[in-house]
Formats: sequence, structure tokens, C-alpha cells
Amino acid sequence: MTLLDRHGFRPDSFRRIPAAEMAGHPAVILPGAELTAGLLVRGLGQWIGIDIANTIPAEEVAQLANQVDLIAIAFPGFADGRGFTLGRRLRRAGFRGILRAVGPLIPDQFAYALACGFDEVELPDAVAARQGEAAWLADLAIYRQSYQRDYARGENILDARRLARGGGAA
Amino acid sequence: MSAAKPPPLPAILIANDLLSGDVVFYGDGGWTRHPAEALLAEDVAAAGRLTAAGAEAMRLNRVVDAYLVDVELSAGGVPVPRHFRERFRLLGPTIRPDLGKQAEFPGLAAQSGRTR
Amino acid sequence: MYRYDEFDTAFVRDRVAQFSTQVERRLSGALTEDEFKPLRLQNGVYLQLHAYMLRIAIPYGTLSARQLRQLALIGERFDRGYGHFTTRQNLQFNWIQLKDVPEILSLLADVEMHAIQTSGNCIRNVTADQFAGVAADEIEDPRPVAELIRQWSTAHPEFSFLPRKFKIAVTGADDDRAAVAVHDIGLRIVRHPETGETGETGFAVLVGGGLGRTPMVGKWVRDFLPKPHLLAYLEALMRVYNAEGRRDNKYKARVKILVHEIGIEAFRDRVEAEFVQLDPARIQADAEEVARIARYFAPPAYADLADNPSALRRARAANGEFDRWVAQNGFPHKVPGYQAVTLSLKGIGEAPGDITSAGMRLVADLAVRHSQGEIRVTHAQNLVLPDVRQDELFDLWQALAAGGPATANAGLITDIIACPGLDYCALATARSIPIAQALSTRFAAPERQQEIGPLAIKISGCINACGHHHVGHIGILGLEKRGEESYQITLGGDAGNDSAIGEILGPGLGASEVPDAIERLVETYLDQRQPGETFVNTVRRIGVQPFKTAFARELHHDAA
Repeated sequence: MTLLDRHGFRPDSFRRIPAAEMAGHPAVILPGAELTAGLLVRGLGQWIGIDIANTIPAEEVAQLANQVDLIAIAFPGFADGRGFTLGRRLRRAGFRGILRAVGPLIPDQFAYALACGFDEVELPDAVAARQGEAAWLADLAIYRQSYQRDYARGENILDARRLARGGGAA
Repeated sequence: MSAAKPPPLPAILIANDLLSGDVVFYGDGGWTRHPAEALLAEDVAAAGRLTAAGAEAMRLNRVVDAYLVDVELSAGGVPVPRHFRERFRLLGPTIRPDLGKQAEFPGLAAQSGRTR
Repeated sequence: MYRYDEFDTAFVRDRVAQFSTQVERRLSGALTEDEFKPLRLQNGVYLQLHAYMLRIAIPYGTLSARQLRQLALIGERFDRGYGHFTTRQNLQFNWIQLKDVPEILSLLADVEMHAIQTSGNCIRNVTADQFAGVAADEIEDPRPVAELIRQWSTAHPEFSFLPRKFKIAVTGADDDRAAVAVHDIGLRIVRHPETGETGETGFAVLVGGGLGRTPMVGKWVRDFLPKPHLLAYLEALMRVYNAEGRRDNKYKARVKILVHEIGIEAFRDRVEAEFVQLDPARIQADAEEVARIARYFAPPAYADLADNPSALRRARAANGEFDRWVAQNGFPHKVPGYQAVTLSLKGIGEAPGDITSAGMRLVADLAVRHSQGEIRVTHAQNLVLPDVRQDELFDLWQALAAGGPATANAGLITDIIACPGLDYCALATARSIPIAQALSTRFAAPERQQEIGPLAIKISGCINACGHHHVGHIGILGLEKRGEESYQITLGGDAGNDSAIGEILGPGLGASEVPDAIERLVETYLDQRQPGETFVNTVRRIGVQPFKTAFARELHHDAA
């Protein structure tokens, strides 16, 4: 798998590992079902993440918001956009940790993913081989502005128009 | 998965050119826009070779949506698809005889026998 | 009409640049066909039977003369000199090459147009009443709101990979000409139920309507949504749909199925639960921005005129054909002395919705001369000149009659809606246009059409129902049966205020049998109608059975 954030491809400091074997690793991603077990044996300063499906109700996930350092949301296919809504809901629920999209996304979704609250994307190597770092970073530079306010993607046109009229941003 | 059904024969390989979108056929010298130049597969082995050629052309991003179409040969020697959809595809819109391959290749419609 | 500011312009230019890189990456193999397909669809590019097709957005059906001329140019330079207006107020070109699309999109951007979200599993371009802003029965012009939704929904980060396509329609009139009840979301501008005539306006919201293989009429989800809440409410609704809409079966992925499966009450509760967590003021454009958009739709400067001027009366008395055209294709304008008029793209025997580049230029010129430079596109695949002075109608008609769209059949039996069908469309199971042409020719006589009166025939070439056959007074659905094209006839559908899904009359017919079958239905109506009663009202009054009997007699006769 290849990890990508807004600066490009980078090494993954997290390791996927069962809770039973997590001792001694500085940062781990546990299967969703092992979160409770993992929290019990969490070491001092150890970072914990979990893998979750994109079908988990937001209310359930919200409970996790202050318990883990990373939430990895599965994208079974790039056309399955449920993860965008789930990411957005998690951020609204107050999750301040790392939000990771896991699956065969395409570069043309990178800006959307960041706008919905994701920090990084974990790609199958085959996808990363076809679509290199440059294609992903290019997607972030395509639109100067977007029409939606409060999606964390640079400037938005609503506020830009307000500024142009002489008012402050909302 | 069960084994794929053997294709109805004879058959030709039809696809769309990726860049232009044109309907193309796999012929002796590669892809052609003229249906009369399509290679006719008369046995399973030949159909297999056509399918492989289609898969390779899709892998090389030359064509999209390549598949076998079962045909009969018209009296004029043009492969005519048995299904009406593919006949329209091969000739052009039935409501606009001035457009599509039927217009581009004079005689094609006549050689294809029944066209409507 | 709306004009792009620097931000809109920058956005569409960026979009063109983005699509260019997407085509390059497709050609290099960086993008597979499966990955490229949703990207090209969201830019209006389909791969059809003979070529690529490009579907260009005409937001809420409003078009300037300059834009129409540009479409004419594109049709000549990159297509075969004609285009096709669709049931969603868009324009399609049928013979496009992929390599030309970036250049075409750039030419569109030059005239403040695009092809964004005319296809794909996203929020599609918003449709509205073709008589918006001029209709006498209008509470409020729906276009400012449609434009607001257009902008909000464009390249939405969260809602660009939905379970399925999502269509929104808006109407501001009493008489629903936008078919809002058969859209994923239908918005009706209404007055506040308690404060009435003097009160604020807001939206009554319908959800879960749609055609396709499971036709459904939308259900009320909100009786009155205050205007400042609109975008937040839409965001809440889209979020519920994106999270919970089915993705296991594309035929069950529309929001109508979700609403049907969990029930409208549960759906409403989920939307409201999401909505209360949102801050409408942050999602909605601020009041100044809403006002900015609305200003573009302010009425033009109308002259102070009287209705039905003597020049018009004289011309109508002197020329029967002109008189019939005014009576049939005219539509009441809210300003005295003006008229909206339908330019029928349903000439006898022609392909519904098709128009040549020369025809587009003629219409553009006439729009400049007679209609403040503005044209509308209707979901019935016709054009409208919305602002014609009544004392100029005769000049307009004469100019049209010299080879333009002048057929006096708006709303009549030959004003047939038809999708492209198997003459062009890769999804179609049968042809649509030849059926429309045969019926149009069969009922060509103007007197006969007048005698029959309002009758909407709608033809789809497959179950996806782009030709809206379910809501045709007579609907025709083309299918494949045992290796042949077969046509299923439905009766009693309606797209307007009394939305209804038509009932199937009997077994499918061969193409050549269709005109006789329709003839028999029309005869049954003429036999049974009461004075002044329209076709669909007769069907409602006497039910489908007498028509079924006539239909079966036809079949029996054929079998004998």
C-alpha cells in the first residue's frame, strides 16, 4: 500500500496489527472490532487507529472521536462515495485526529477527500503505480476556488464574493 | 464461475476507437472502420483469437468496449449482425441514411441486405 | 439571465483544464476506462452507438441568442450540423470525437456554458418551468433559486459519487410545467400556509419521484421550507441519501427506493435529524449574494402596451394558419401586450427535438429581434421565445414560416416527446424516433389535431424512461421481444399537477402496428368524450377499461 497526504507520497508510521500483538509499536491500526481490547492494553504514548467500514452509522463512530488518534475509512471502490459523508460527519462530531481514506481512490477525488476532512489516502500499490504523486498533487491545484463554504478546501466563492463586495468572510 | 458460453458463430469483433469514438472492426491489418474488412471468425479458435486481440487493444488504450458480434454473411459479402441493435450500429441511424457508415461507404447498405 | 462573474468564469476554465488532463491520463493509461467513465460522464460525455455524445447543460432551460449561435457553430465544426434538445432541457451532439471535447468545452466556456454534471451519479443540472419569469400564473420566478442550487451543487466535494444520479426541478407557478413530482427532489415555491398572500414565500419539498423501471410520484417531505434554509436542507437530504441509498443494485439506488423502503416518515425524520445539526446561515449564500443572483433575472424593460392589439387581430383574421399558430403555440404573458410563444421542434415527420445549426441561428436572430435575445428550452423538447410583443407576432411567424420551426402543434398529438432511442443510444432496447415520426405523419392533418385537442404522447426506447413514457397521456415503451422491437402502450399518465403513472394496456406491439393502435385509442376518446373534455380527463372519468377493450380489438383484428 502507498500512503499519500497533501504533500505527496510518504512512509506510513502506523502498522496494521491485531490488538494482541500491539505492544511495543509506536503507532498501530487495529481492526475495528478490536478497539476495546486495544484501548485496554494501550501503552504510554502509543498511537491507536482503527479500520472502519463506510457503512457504520455516524452516531456509533462519533463515540470513537475522542478515543483514537486515527480513523481509517474503507472505500471499497472509488465510485462508492459513502466515505465522504462519513468523514464529514466524523469531523462534525469533533474528531481531531488523522482521518485516512483506504482504497482505490483516483487522483480526481483527492481534493474532494481533503475537503471532506480527510488528511491522507492509503492506496493499493497498483493504483499508485499508474497514477503517480504528481497526478494527485495536481488535483489539489486545479480549482482556484469552490462553490461550497466550510468544506476545508482553500477559498470558497461565497466568501470571495462577500470580500469583493467589501464585507468580511462569514 | 461456470465456463463461458461458446460464442455464436460466425462472429466479428466490434469496438469503439478510444480517441474518436468511431465504430471499428478487427480486420486483417488491424482495426478498420469498414465492416466489410472485418475478420470473420468461423470457429471457436478464431473467435478466441479475436477476443484476445480485443483485450490487448483495450489494454493498450486503443479501443473500448470490444466484443464479439454474431453475424451472417450477406449476398454482398458484408457481415450482417443477427441482432438489430448491432445492425444499426454497423450502418448508422435508421432515420438518417445520410449519416454514419451507411453514408460513408456507398453500397454498404445495399450489400448488407436487409437494413431496416 | 444570469451572467458569470470572475469566479464563475475561473471555475469553468479550471474545469476545462481539468478535463484536458483527464483525457490525457486516459490516453496514457494512467486512468482505466472504468476510472475515466464517471469523470467523462460528469462532463457530459457518453459513448453511444456510433460515436461519443456530448450533453451540454442549459441550466433551467434559459439560453441567450449568443449561446445558441455558439451551439450552432459547435454543431457545424465538431458534429454533423445539428443537435438534439432533450427532456431535461439540455442539448446533445451525437457525433463528437473525444479528442475534440476539451476544445468544445472551451468554446462553451467562452459563452458562459458548460457540460458539468449533465450525467453521472451526481446532482444533475437543475431544471425549471420553461415559462419562468413570464408566466401569468407564477408566484415567483424559480430561476434565481435554480441558479443558487446550480452553483451549490457544482463539483460538490461530498456529493459527486452518489449511489445514482440525482435530479432536482423547481417551479414557481400554480400549474406545474417542470414535472417536479417525478424528480428526486421537486421544489414548489409556495406562500406560507398561515400568512397567505401577504406572507413570505418558501418551498414545498417533494422527494422520491422518478421514472425509470420503478416509476414513482414524489412524496411531501416538507410543507414549507423557509428560503434561507434551502441549501442546508438539501445538504441534509443529500447526506442521508449518500450514506444510506442502496449501492448493491443500480436499479434500486435512486432515492425513491430508499424512501419507499424505509417509508417517508422515517426518511423525513432522518433528514430533520441531520438538518438540526447544521447551520443554515453558513451553508446558504448570504442575503446579498442571493439578491445579486436574483437581479440577473429582473424583468426586462417592457413597453406599455395593451393586450390583443388591432394589428394582431387583423393578422389573425386574415391568415388562418397564423391564427392557429398563435392560438396553439402562444402562452399567456404576465405583461399586457406580450406573449410567450413555443417554437415547435416537432415538424411533421421530423425527429423530435432535433434542430440544425442553421435553424439555431435563425432562432437566435429572431430572439434578438423579437424576444430580448432570450430563448427557453422546454422539457417537451421545444424552444420558447418568452418575451414577444403581440404586435410583432406576425412578423415573427412569417420569419419562422420561411423554413424555421413554425408548426402549430404545441401540446397536440404530434408534439411527441421521444428519446434518441436505438438510432443513437447505447442503452436503448428499441428505436423511438421512427415511432414518433410515424405517429406524427399519421396525425399530420391540422384540423384533426385540433379536433383531438391536448394529448401528450411520450416515447422511451428503454426502461430508463428518458422519453417519460410513464407520464404520457399515451406512453410508448420500446423493448426487445424475441429478437424484435416491441412496443408497450400505457394510458393515463400525467406529468403536471395531477401526476400519475400510466397503466399498461396489453401485450407489446410491433412497430408497424403502433399507429393503428394509437388511432383506436384516439377514436375511443372521440366517441366517449363529453363536450370540452380533454383526452386525459376522459380517461380519468371512464377509466382505462374501454380503451383496453379497443386496444384488444385491434390486436384481435391483426391476428385474424
